Amino acid sequence: MTLTASLPDADPTALRRFLQGLPGVDEVGAVGRAASLATRSIKTSSKSYAIDLAIRMVDLTTLEGMDTPGKVRALCAKALRPDPTDPSTPSVAAVCVYGDLVDIARAAVGDACHVAAVATAFPSGRASLAVKLQDTADAVAAGADEIDMVIDRGAFLSGDYARVYDEIVAIKEACGSAHLKVILETGELRTLDNVRRASWLAMLAGADFIKTSTGKVSPAATPPVTLVMLEAVRDFQTATGRTVGVKAAGGIRTTKEAVAYLVLVNETVGEQWLTPDLFRFGASSLLNDLLLQRQRMRTGHYSGPDYVTID
Amino acid sequence: MTDRLDVRKTYKLFIGGAFPRSESGRTYEVTRPDGAFLANAAKASRKDGRNSVLAARKGYAAWNAATAYNRGQVLYRIAEVMEGRRAQFIADVQDAEGCSDTQARAQVDAAIDRWVWYAGWADKLAQVLGSANPVAGPYFNFSVPEASGVVVAVAPQDSSLIGLVSVLAPILVSGNAAIVVASTARPLPSVTLAECLATSDVPGGVVNVLTGDPVEIMPWLAEHADVNALDLAGITDDALATDLERAAAGTVKRVRRPEAGADWFADPGLSRIRSFVETKTVWHPMGV
Repeated sequence: MTLTASLPDADPTALRRFLQGLPGVDEVGAVGRAASLATRSIKTSSKSYAIDLAIRMVDLTTLEGMDTPGKVRALCAKALRPDPTDPSTPSVAAVCVYGDLVDIARAAVGDACHVAAVATAFPSGRASLAVKLQDTADAVAAGADEIDMVIDRGAFLSGDYARVYDEIVAIKEACGSAHLKVILETGELRTLDNVRRASWLAMLAGADFIKTSTGKVSPAATPPVTLVMLEAVRDFQTATGRTVGVKAAGGIRTTKEAVAYLVLVNETVGEQWLTPDLFRFGASSLLNDLLLQRQRMRTGHYSGPDYVTID
Repeated sequence: MTDRLDVRKTYKLFIGGAFPRSESGRTYEVTRPDGAFLANAAKASRKDGRNSVLAARKGYAAWNAATAYNRGQVLYRIAEVMEGRRAQFIADVQDAEGCSDTQARAQVDAAIDRWVWYAGWADKLAQVLGSANPVAGPYFNFSVPEASGVVVAVAPQDSSLIGLVSVLAPILVSGNAAIVVASTARPLPSVTLAECLATSDVPGGVVNVLTGDPVEIMPWLAEHADVNALDLAGITDDALATDLERAAAGTVKRVRRPEAGADWFADPGLSRIRSFVETKTVWHPMGV
């Protein structure tokens, strides 16, 4: 793409012209491409590698109104040592909690694991900028080193790209040294064209990661959506030289699906992205399935839900 | 007048309330005892076995949560639906076993009656298998039978319908979910039974029927950590039964060994029900 010369700044008109000028996504092609990559058969040592990599990429998440300090501590214990029966199991990338539980999570994991907090009036994003900034600052002060923010989908869908852009820039500033993941909530963006625009918008505004969904809206992460976001990340790197990560969140429950995502990553942006620093799974139940498959590989027989924790 | 084209049935597996082909895409030839070709049945693989365990675990939640009274109604419903397809069952059993029309009728009637018999037991087995225990202390102490969980059964190889029902019904009555590996040489009545189960208010996944070779599938299911019990009724090879029992010991499953020369027409008694329940004993303070 010949984007390098014409990357927009915060000027609303330039931003709109740029985003509207992005080439459209061939939806049928994206769906077909994602489906064909999902048919790859990954076996034996490759599967072992993929399972361990996927475990290392998990943002172990609990985002319920009924979360308690005890539940968060249990989650943290699981994050550090996912399978107590097998010490060779790697730890997950991060725990992801609501902002008010960050201090508990941080105390539980110490420096052994990232703590991600959802901020900015998650999951709807319907609050004033001042509130969102305060939400972010609180989480960072409590010890979060990753912030998952939601974009204002209402503003995005009504074409007010500058508002979304300015918000991301402001939150990024409030994050300080914490990594910023920008949740596009692709289930509400309706079209893959919008997904591509939102991805570019977030990256231009300074996102360190772009993330598919909150997990509260269906459909959440789907392979075609993730494919489009990965392509955007690749094109953005070509245009600017800056490397942005992708987080697929919500709806990924089985090892098979997770491995299909890894194939998608490898084939779209390349091996460089096959690291927890650049690709993550936002999940809760996925980890248990990964552990069951790992036990299956290790013991030679199928395992069952009695052999992993109930979350 | 033109000849009508044959509409031949595809015999498939029954997993999670659906009728999929084998994941492996394989089939095998089923013949009459005299060697005449009957049909191609799906040949289940170990992954079909694994998928049925997942389905059974889901089905178990709903089935075990149903009241015993309701389970009895559903089992009776299976008998009703089978009664409506009596003619097909008679033809299936005749084809499978090469027996006379009278023998086939007797077997189908006995199979339907067996469901009714077990349906009656659903809300009575707790009274018979459970007990109130006298203890030296201020407690009510009582024992109640509870379902084991997911049970894998190998149906008898010779008796294609009454044997199958006699193995399946006692597993279901106490609230277990079942995976049945049908008779290898005589699987077609099991497929018809699966079609009845699919339309009998039995929640999806409570019964899963696999056709194929138990020698291939059973070692995986015997080792599977999410299976709670095995009924090896249809394993004819004693050494294999021992191997399976040994594999099952890895996760402490209940195992019922095959009984040589079992008479499937005889009064079954409670023995098979008792094999697939766990006894829970509760100490309840009297509050004095």
